[in-house]
Amino acid sequence: MIELQNVSVALSGVPILSDINLELSGGGITALIGPNGAGKSTLVSAIARLVPTSAGRITVDGLDVAQTPTRTLARRLAIMPQDNVVAGRLKVAELVQFGRFPHHQGRPAAEDHAAVEEALTIFDLLDIKEKFIDTLSGGQRQRARAAMCFAQGTDYILLDEPLNSLDIFYARELMRTLRHVADTKQRSIIIVLHDLNHAAVHADRIIAMRDGSIIADSTPEKVLCTSVLQSVFGFEIDVETIAGKPISLHFL
Amino acid sequence: MLDRKMILTAITAIGVIVLFMTVNIRGNWQFAMELRSMRLLALLQVAIAVSLSTLVFQTITSNRILTPSLMGMDALYILLQTTLVFALGGLGYATLDPIVKFSTETIVMAGLACLLFLPLLRFTNALVLMLLGGVVLGVMFRSLSSFLSRLIDPNDFAVVQGVSYADFNTVNADLIFPCLILIVFAALFCWRARHILDVILLGKPTAIGLGVNWRIYSVALLVLVGILVAVSTALVGPVTLLGLLVVALGRELAKTSKHSHTMIYSCLVSIILLVGGQTILSHLFANALPLGVLIEFVGGITFIFILFRWRQ
Repeated sequence: MIELQNVSVALSGVPILSDINLELSGGGITALIGPNGAGKSTLVSAIARLVPTSAGRITVDGLDVAQTPTRTLARRLAIMPQDNVVAGRLKVAELVQFGRFPHHQGRPAAEDHAAVEEALTIFDLLDIKEKFIDTLSGGQRQRARAAMCFAQGTDYILLDEPLNSLDIFYARELMRTLRHVADTKQRSIIIVLHDLNHAAVHADRIIAMRDGSIIADSTPEKVLCTSVLQSVFGFEIDVETIAGKPISLHFL
Repeated sequence: MLDRKMILTAITAIGVIVLFMTVNIRGNWQFAMELRSMRLLALLQVAIAVSLSTLVFQTITSNRILTPSLMGMDALYILLQTTLVFALGGLGYATLDPIVKFSTETIVMAGLACLLFLPLLRFTNALVLMLLGGVVLGVMFRSLSSFLSRLIDPNDFAVVQGVSYADFNTVNADLIFPCLILIVFAALFCWRARHILDVILLGKPTAIGLGVNWRIYSVALLVLVGILVAVSTALVGPVTLLGLLVVALGRELAKTSKHSHTMIYSCLVSIILLVGGQTILSHLFANALPLGVLIEFVGGITFIFILFRWRQ
């Protein structure tokens, strides 16, 4: 279980998150939604110890994130940061192998190779595993990075806007793969999303944020309704139930 | 890991070393051997120090065109020298115990490297900002040195000049063995950290996510770079573009970004260039052309070449 108690984060004096209390547990996909600057990425980064908290406590399975050795945490949670360019010449399989680094510290054993193979299979990368990352399309690269997080073998996988600059095909593929991972591998996935409808279709729980606070935290049906979305995004969004899912018509 | 290409490169490096030691020996063999082996030892150390410091620096900053020298680190070392001459006078400077002087300078260099470059590491995503920051720092160090050297008398200035230019013929013999110890430790540290360096190359957030203790490693690696720059600058003087050149060539040969490969290739290329270049220049061209100048020339072209490729 990931637990946040009264967490505040300020980056160079500017408060980004204020007094967040949150519990994340029990598998499934949790989507973080909200306008730009709401603090979604900061929240994910704080849980993954990428930014320090200015107040409060974050624990992962009871381990205080600020105190626990970073290597121990790397076996509990994996983070895919917002699109960072992979420097250097790496093949897809090599990148995914890095996900095993917390376990083997540079000397992969048989189980590490097996985990990489599994990740490559699940994320449909077997055909391109010998390709260099810098020759891939954006969609393939995001898939490879997500596969690396999966290969890390952690209970929690945090993804910061993985759908950034993906076309509808790759975005759908990636979300379906993540759903598959959450269902069959018992991983808890916490994902920052901009597309409300991806959240509606694939998430079990949606946390809506605005101005560094949590506005709503519930099932997609409860969060994705006109009144809540009005208070989150500041304009009226019609929501229709299509195929049993609350689809936001924010284009209209 | 030991493929044919690496063995060939290693053989070339050894061949170049043998040539350096044996070509054109006249008169007393023992004397020549002693003289040449000291020079060789110095050249090898510089080769390794320059390539490792550049490689490690490029890894922590996640880019391929910055080098410690381009960021003004050797200018910082020269500034230290100038300040010492300014404070103690040429005579006082010359009578300092070289080992005490060098070890103090190395510690100061390591400290300053952290102090000045840790804040810059925050801008690793903004390459232009990093580059600008480094250039500004470099210009500042050089201007301060030249300001100080204007204040000292001409005799002292001659001492400053002696340390401010790369000279591969007259190496600082007192420092060869103290530097050797530092180089051996630094190289061992780099080699042991090769897997962690691979992870660090993925960028700070990913590296932390994979369990690398960024705070400790960024400081340790910058200290290491500071020490290595101090070693090479103390032995022969500042060689600004050598690092860029050898690491770029090393990467080209390695065809991978694994540090186990890039490290070995960069060091070997560096040895071939320095030792081979010195052999050719001193025997074929009778020292008419200084190696430092030639390296800067080729290095400058490489820099422009990499910049163009990077823009695409």
